[in-house]
Amino acid sequence: MLELSWLLIAIPLAGAALLLLAGRSSDAFGHLIATAASAAAFVLGLVMFIELLGRDAGDRSVTSSLGTWIEAGRFHVEFAFTFDQLSSLFVLLITGVGTLIHVYSIGYMAHDERRRRFFAYLNLFVAAMLTLVLAADYLVLFLGWEGVGLASYLLIGFWQHKPSAAAAANKAFIMNRIGDVGMVIAIMTMFATFGTTSIAAVNGAAGEVSAATATALGLLLLLGACGKSAQVPLQAWLLDAMEGPTPVSALIHAATMVTAGVYLVVRSAGIYDASEVARTFVIVVGLVTLLVGAWIGCAKDDIKKVLAGSTMSQIGYMMLAAGLGPAGYAFAIFHLLTHGFFKANMFLGAGSVMHAMDDDVDMRHYGALRRAMPITFATFGLGYLAIIGFPGMSGFFSKDKIIEAALAHNLWIGVGAMIGAGITAFYMTRLMMMTFFGDQRWRDGVHPHESPSVMTIPLIALAALSVLGGALYLGNWIGHWLEPVAGHAEHHELPAPVIVIQLAVLALVAAGVALAVWLYRSDVPDTAPADADVSILTRAGRHEIYTNEVNGALAVFPVRYLTRFLVWLDARGIDGLVRGTADRIGEAAQGLRATQTGYVRSYALGIFGGALAVVLGLLAVTLG
Amino acid sequence: MTEYITLSFLLFTIGAVGVIVRRNAIVVFMCIELMLNATNLAFVSFARQHGNLDGQTAAFFVMVVAAAEVVIGLAIIVSIYRTRRSASVDDANLLKA
Repeated sequence: MLELSWLLIAIPLAGAALLLLAGRSSDAFGHLIATAASAAAFVLGLVMFIELLGRDAGDRSVTSSLGTWIEAGRFHVEFAFTFDQLSSLFVLLITGVGTLIHVYSIGYMAHDERRRRFFAYLNLFVAAMLTLVLAADYLVLFLGWEGVGLASYLLIGFWQHKPSAAAAANKAFIMNRIGDVGMVIAIMTMFATFGTTSIAAVNGAAGEVSAATATALGLLLLLGACGKSAQVPLQAWLLDAMEGPTPVSALIHAATMVTAGVYLVVRSAGIYDASEVARTFVIVVGLVTLLVGAWIGCAKDDIKKVLAGSTMSQIGYMMLAAGLGPAGYAFAIFHLLTHGFFKANMFLGAGSVMHAMDDDVDMRHYGALRRAMPITFATFGLGYLAIIGFPGMSGFFSKDKIIEAALAHNLWIGVGAMIGAGITAFYMTRLMMMTFFGDQRWRDGVHPHESPSVMTIPLIALAALSVLGGALYLGNWIGHWLEPVAGHAEHHELPAPVIVIQLAVLALVAAGVALAVWLYRSDVPDTAPADADVSILTRAGRHEIYTNEVNGALAVFPVRYLTRFLVWLDARGIDGLVRGTADRIGEAAQGLRATQTGYVRSYALGIFGGALAVVLGLLAVTLG
Repeated sequence: MTEYITLSFLLFTIGAVGVIVRRNAIVVFMCIELMLNATNLAFVSFARQHGNLDGQTAAFFVMVVAAAEVVIGLAIIVSIYRTRRSASVDDANLLKA
């Protein structure tokens, strides 16, 4: 049964192919097929997971090969998949949350003419993401890596008639390519160094190569991870990616694809264990992103962009944990799973709110929605409690473990993570206050109503998972489960007892909540204050800390001028040379035209002249 | 011998000038024949002077070519006259650039 990894991928892939190839004839039932394909993959994944549970700890990694993919000299790539402790958790997350989001999309996209296409892309995404997490070779992983990039591009730009959506899709695609350059070079370096790109072989041998090589590999993979997971400095695409339909934001840009970078780091544990420098970079990237994302989340009025900033920030936590090495890998994955539940829940909740508010995303036009949309409010509220780390909720366990691990590693990193928790509480409370509490600030003609049950049932399921996800940590189950993959963590001394740390985090969270409740208790203006009237922190946050401007100045501007120069060189230099030659020849031909009079007599004269010249020439040669 | 060569030279020059200055296709054609015969005369004269038959042979070839040329040339002139109602060579100037 465990050799059926390929089938997990094949089912949604077949669904996507069917929907795309069958065309309009499958319009009527396409969404059902896609949802069924995703659900079938989930059931298969669950059966395989249960079988894995029943095995001995040492026997839980099953690699099955479909055959040789590439065979060229020493270069050998096996099209192989590994179903093990780590990938099984991902399979369940992707297909489980993916299926719920498929169901939700049936309602959300009900009035979209291109719904079938949307579902085909969703299935394509699920197939690519499963390829990514099941791959046993970095090159196969890269196939999935690019596949999710493609699906992300297609889905961000799904409403292609909107120029902003098309531009956002391009932005995401291009920024991901920058990270992918790192990935590609890393894979080439692996082949040059180890003679193979198999994940197991590379990580097994990573400890034996020079520290410089391991560091280079670690940093290159981190570059790829930064692109895919929207980490500083390649984070700018994620906020624009919110142009896509909300289920896409929930599935791809919150729960699964953007966490692929964290998966990559954890999967490459062997490489990162061999390089302290690379790990430090991962920690710094994670810490910076978690604070930057939270900062942006505090300033935006667009509900999806607040959640996107929050996603960046939470993935920053996961990166931070992954950078801590064996002490953090399991917690990174733990937070990844719980975040997948509560963030998908909140994105779908936001989609439900938008559905009710005529696709308005400005929170300043919301307010007092808790009565109009009780189920959305309740489920969103549970997600909210989970993300701020309310005791007992899933986020409480997963975030606390990361903060503790960070504190054990370095006091300042831990303090940064704790401050991040406080800011998280602030911006999420701000979102809750502006959306569900306070006064009604609805636009004219908007009549909020609860969404249909096809949308609320997935919300309820995800809310339940947001609450209960913490159960994965019972008796440190997830730590033991992942130990064969992530390595054994030695126990570190904490600077203070655990209970003190937990209370400190809770105090910060409570402070953030209290501040937001007090600031947004009522009279929120229904138009955003002008940039000049807000503090410099808010202004910077609204402008995403000017990262787009920095990217523009550092990358776009020079490249644009380089292309202009090249265009000029092409038009004036190269084209000028070619056209100039042709023009000169043409002009010379114009001169010669005059001799062609069309009169027989003038041609005859020419012949006589020529003959005379020949005779004179002969005479000159013979006589002279 | 000089007289024959001189006559040949004169005939050839008359023919060449006729080709260049006359407009009537028939006259141009006759002038070409004149040039051919001038060369024939030169061939034969030189053959006699050198005492071999090479020049005589060449003269026969020229006559054959001239006969063939007359056939085709006259046919062309007749067809041009039929289409253009004129035998002037200057009217047939469609090859002008």
